[in-house]
Amino acid sequence: MSGRVSLVNNRDEISALQDLVVERAEDLGYSKASLFALRLAIEEAIANAFHHGHRELPVETPIDIEYDLSDVRISVIVEDKGPGFTPAAVPDPTLDENLETPGGRGLVLMRAYMTRIEYNETGNRVEMELRRP
Amino acid sequence: MAGSDSRIRVKQADGVTQIEFIDRNILDEANIQAIGEEIGTIIDSSPKPKLLISFANVDHLSSAALGTLITVNTKIRNKGGKLCLANIDPQIYEVFVITRLNHLFEIKDSTDEALKVFC
Repeated sequence: MSGRVSLVNNRDEISALQDLVVERAEDLGYSKASLFALRLAIEEAIANAFHHGHRELPVETPIDIEYDLSDVRISVIVEDKGPGFTPAAVPDPTLDENLETPGGRGLVLMRAYMTRIEYNETGNRVEMELRRP
Repeated sequence: MAGSDSRIRVKQADGVTQIEFIDRNILDEANIQAIGEEIGTIIDSSPKPKLLISFANVDHLSSAALGTLITVNTKIRNKGGKLCLANIDPQIYEVFVITRLNHLFEIKDSTDEALKVFC
């Protein structure tokens, strides 16, 4: 099962997309832990796209999302229309000196919960892959 | 204390403010901001706030929610108060471990254990 959608920053639309992908993954027999990981990673990627990527853009600017689910892997691509960023330049929030910094944990969670995440060179498109354990 | 649009339930007992979330998913940035403001008002109203936040009903938690918890913790500490988290599902607790926030927050298994922190 695969699909492509454009989303504006609307909670109902975001939740509907998460529910769709997570329910299809459940239908394919992915574990409860995988479903938890998938919902969280999608949430963080979309939040980053709107919150950081579209910070300087009109609020109605949509992001594009592609998803592809099979028995062995799930791929979700989130692309925003912002200028991009350099993932390596984001301070590590797990360091003792950054523990009390409120932001910057979305990327850590995406990396921890997905099998692989990869940004394009511009830094405005992330591909996340979850392989069946 | 919490209004009709509130996303939290608030209970006072023995000088400790106990807070529970109404929503199972604490993901939405707008809701999280509202929750942060509500808890901020509670902190502001106490000279030395003692807060117990229960995650008993929570299935999902985003990094935005973690950020709000960090801000809440800082505000409480700045007033000489204390924050304790409790009833965190193992899957949610893993989020705290991955981000190493289990080192920042005092976390207890149950409400009863958490209440002892304030004695």
